[in-house]
Amino acid sequence: MVDTPLRDIAKVIRSKNAGPFEITLDIVFKTREDFEAVKRSGVITKELVSQLYNVPTQAIITFGFFELVNAVKITLPRPRAQGGVGETDMHAAQQHVPLQEIRVPWPAS
Amino acid sequence: MTASNDEIRILTPSGMLGYGFPVDHFKLGLAQKPHAITIDSGSTDSGPQKLGLGEMTCSREAYVKDIEVLLEGQRAAKVPLLISSAGGDGTNLHVDVFRDIIVEIANKRGWHFKLASIYADIDKGHIQKELKAGRVEPLGPVPPLDPREVDAATVVVAQMGAEPFLKALDESEGVDVVVSGRSYDPSPTAAMAIRAGFDPALAWHMGKIMECGALCAEPVGRNVMGYLRRDHFEIEPLNPNERCTTASVAAHTLYEKTHPFLLAGPGGMLDLSQCKYEQVTDRRVRVSGSRFEPSKHYTVKLEGAKTSGYRSIFIAGARDPIFIAQIDGILAKVIAGTRAYFAEVPEEAYRIIPHIYGKNGVMGELEPVKTPAHELCIIVEVAAATQSLATAICGKARTSLMHAPYPGRIATAGNLASPFTPLEIPLGQACEFNVYHLMTVDSPTALFPIKYEEI
Repeated sequence: MVDTPLRDIAKVIRSKNAGPFEITLDIVFKTREDFEAVKRSGVITKELVSQLYNVPTQAIITFGFFELVNAVKITLPRPRAQGGVGETDMHAAQQHVPLQEIRVPWPAS
Repeated sequence: MTASNDEIRILTPSGMLGYGFPVDHFKLGLAQKPHAITIDSGSTDSGPQKLGLGEMTCSREAYVKDIEVLLEGQRAAKVPLLISSAGGDGTNLHVDVFRDIIVEIANKRGWHFKLASIYADIDKGHIQKELKAGRVEPLGPVPPLDPREVDAATVVVAQMGAEPFLKALDESEGVDVVVSGRSYDPSPTAAMAIRAGFDPALAWHMGKIMECGALCAEPVGRNVMGYLRRDHFEIEPLNPNERCTTASVAAHTLYEKTHPFLLAGPGGMLDLSQCKYEQVTDRRVRVSGSRFEPSKHYTVKLEGAKTSGYRSIFIAGARDPIFIAQIDGILAKVIAGTRAYFAEVPEEAYRIIPHIYGKNGVMGELEPVKTPAHELCIIVEVAAATQSLATAICGKARTSLMHAPYPGRIATAGNLASPFTPLEIPLGQACEFNVYHLMTVDSPTALFPIKYEEI
């Protein structure tokens, strides 16, 4: 097993606004097997998300592994209301990168 | 044409009116004799300036192009055309812009039809009254509504459910075209299916998928057709080179949503946790098992934005590695110096916000990479009460940064590479969302007046 970044495992890793006050992050896997393996690894937790996005765990709006869509979904409060003074990412479309770098023990390819 | 007992077909040419869509695929949809054409133009995604300043998502010219194709389709199919959330924010102002575009095209082409316009601006006095009565609550991570914010908002709209569309189609005989103010995106499609007597849960779910056009297909596209029957619906893109798969349709409800299965809307909650997705053909997916739980009180989502002063920016490059290595300290000094220079302006009356691309411009504090790139793009944003003050502060910050001394400096002529004039760029008024709350209503239609006219 090799510690492998999620960007080499998942089909989709993305971020986007869910309304002007929330940001939502999706990690969609290629297969049910990959989804289950990542879930079993126990690496992706609320605590990890809290650390990566500097959000207290109790403020996390949605966190879950959703089998029907082979996906992890995470919804967080936006750091500021969308599009106001100081905005850096109007659509919150580039806030997914910390998730790409999460490393999961994975069979060497 | 009315829907048969077993099927209603709905054609949606695009997920966003004004972005354009392939007309040949739209015609493939028309050939399947749809019972309605629906298209949404709403979104908060491009920012608060639409509500705050009365801007539209797309140009008027773009709307004219799409609406002309739609009206032509409506004429050919002789079925209702429903356009929702006019202009993006769905204010009365933009319903009237769309109404004028429709009239203009009809006059030009010599077409006659019946138009219903549904409005969604909410009277501020009414909101204040409901707020006092405890019938307005925050939606998600938003502070409770302060009555002063209601007054400060340029305009407040509410997202209508299916009911105002049903009313528009039923109360006045023979409406051909409906243009609405702010709507919950699936409402027009759901309204058509509910009106034909189909299961509201399936109607809302199908509407939820179709409001994005063929975003549920692989590769993602524009024109999509929905076929709603008694106990399921089917969905298929109209571009022969796109396909819906069980995975692409199931995963669609992840997109821009708080939760993958629980979708709150006017009047209730759509629950997709028990849905079944089946591949019918290699391009078509069947969905069943959607559930809809009506809420105890009917609520609508209020949306409002206010203006919040003026902004100016400067944009500059930096390439000197000695400068780049000390950028944080240099900027802090420059900002402190600028504030000292404008000592007569109260400190809280303006903001200076650096954006340093090549370091952490996109992610700010959350940026995991700590080493800056070999060149930086520095944008300094200044927000103040007037444009001239914002530009003046911005100018002081720029010239200070240009000539700031720093340890080890050997490039003594200037620190910044400026690509554009004006060197300080006025951005006009800034806006911010300040109303995003749920309001309980007694009637799902009373706040949304309808105007009928023969064109």
